Amino acid sequence: MGAGHHHQLYRAGDTLVHRLPPQCKLVAVAAFAIVVVATPRERFWAFCGYLLLLATVAAIARVPPGHVLRRMVVELPFVLFAFAIPVIGLGERITVWGVSLSVDGLWASWNILAKATLGVIASILLAATTEPRGMLLGAQRLRMPQLLVQIATFMLRYLDVVLDSMRRMRVARESRGFQARDIRQAPILAKSAGALFIRSYERGERVHLAMLSRGYTGSMPILHDISADVRQWLAAGALPLAAAAVLFLT
Amino acid sequence: MTLEVRDLAYAYPDGTQALFGVDLRIARGERVALLGPNGAGKTTLVMHLNGILTAGHGTVRVAGLEVGKETLREIRRRVGLVFQDPDDQLFMPTVREDVAFGPANMGVRGEELDRRVRDALDRVGMLDAIDRPPHHLSFGQRRRVAVATVLAMDPEILVLDEPSSNLDPASRRELAQILRSLDVTVLMVTHDLPYALELCERSLILSGGVIAADGPTRELLADESLLTTHRLELPYGFAVPSPGT
Repeated sequence: MGAGHHHQLYRAGDTLVHRLPPQCKLVAVAAFAIVVVATPRERFWAFCGYLLLLATVAAIARVPPGHVLRRMVVELPFVLFAFAIPVIGLGERITVWGVSLSVDGLWASWNILAKATLGVIASILLAATTEPRGMLLGAQRLRMPQLLVQIATFMLRYLDVVLDSMRRMRVARESRGFQARDIRQAPILAKSAGALFIRSYERGERVHLAMLSRGYTGSMPILHDISADVRQWLAAGALPLAAAAVLFLT
Repeated sequence: MTLEVRDLAYAYPDGTQALFGVDLRIARGERVALLGPNGAGKTTLVMHLNGILTAGHGTVRVAGLEVGKETLREIRRRVGLVFQDPDDQLFMPTVREDVAFGPANMGVRGEELDRRVRDALDRVGMLDAIDRPPHHLSFGQRRRVAVATVLAMDPEILVLDEPSSNLDPASRRELAQILRSLDVTVLMVTHDLPYALELCERSLILSGGVIAADGPTRELLADESLLTTHRLELPYGFAVPSPGT
C-alpha cells in the first residue's frame, strides 16, 4: 500500500507549536497573512521583521530550513509571473544590466514576491506542525460548514485508495503493451480517467450505504474535544501580534 | 426469534424482480449461512434486513420490531451489517473514530463510548491498532476492524457479506476463530461452502429469489444434486467429513 505518502508536509514532533490546538494555529496564520498583506510595499524592514518572526517559529517547532525551502517550489508559478511584470510594465523605466524595466513593475513584482513568500512559509510551517486530520478538526471547530469538512475528511481517507486503483489500472494497461508516447494515446488515458471516476463514484455510493447502516443521519458525530484555553490562544496569537507590532514600529 | 422474514418480495425500480417471497427465521444465538450463486438475490435480501431497501411485499422483523420508516434508527442498531469491502465500511480517518461512529450516532458519548470502542476492538483482537488509520492495516486486519465497527453498536444480529473473500488462509482462520468466539447471532452470506460448514450448523440456500433449501449445513453440502441445481459447488478435492470424524 502507498501508505500515507501524501502526508509529507507534516513533520512529527512534540514542540510547543505542535501541541497548540489546530484552530488556534489556523487563526494565527490567517491573521498573520492579513497583517502581511496590509503592509505597504515600501516598508522593506517590516518584511524582514516578518521573515525573522517565521524563522523563530520554525526554530521553536524544530522545522529545518531545508524542509521549508523544498516545499516552497509550490510558489514557482507566482515567481515566474512576478518576474514578467517589470518587463511588460508601463511608466517610468530604468535600465538594469542592459534590460529596460518598469519602476512601477519592479515594485509590483517585489510586492507579490515578498507577500506570497511569507504566506507560503507560514502555511508550510502550519502544515509541518499540524496533522491533516487536526487541520480539519480545527476547521470544524471554527464553524466551517459541516459538509465541506466531511468532504475533506473523506478525501483524506480515500486518497490512498483512489491512487492505488489508479496505479493498478496503469499496471494493467502497461501489462498489455500500452505506452503513453504522444498525444495519440490521450483517448486511452482519458477513458482510464473516466473509469476511475465511475469506480470512485460507485465506491462513494457504497460508503454512503455503510454510513446509513450505522445510523448516519446527515451530520458527523463530534468525537474530539479540542477546546483551547486562553493561554494557548495567546501563544498562537503571539505571531500575528508580533507582526502587527513590527508593522507599527517600522 | 431474532430475525423473521415473511413472504418478502422485491423488484428493482427498473422492473427486475429480485426476490419472490422469501421466508426465513433465525433464533437467538444461531449462526446461519445464506448460500447462493451470484445473482440469487443475496445482497438484495441483506439490504432489506436493515431497511436500506424497503420491502415491496412482506415483512422483516428484528427481535420483534418490524422494519419500517419509523423504526429505522433502532433497526440499524439491532442489525450490524458488515460489508464485503472493508474500504467501504471504514471511512473515518482512524480506527477509533470509525468504531465510535455507530454508537456515537446513537447518542453514546464520553467514557461509555470509549469503553464500547475498546471492548469491540478487543473482541476482534485489534485493540493495538486503535489509533492507526485504516489504510495502514492489512486486508485481514481491516476486515476485523469492520466487524468491530458493528459490534460496538451492540447488535442483535451480525450480518456478514462474504466474510472470507480476499483473505489469505491465515486471516481466514483468524476471522473464523473470532466469529466463533462472539456471543451474537450471525447470518453469513457466502458462496465459500467450506467456510459455511466450518462456522454454521445451519444453512439456507437462496436461489432464484426464494429460499430453496433450509437445513443442517452438513446435510445440504452432502447433497450433490441439490448443490448442482443451485449452481453451488464444493472446491476441488473437498468432501464433507462424515459426522463423528
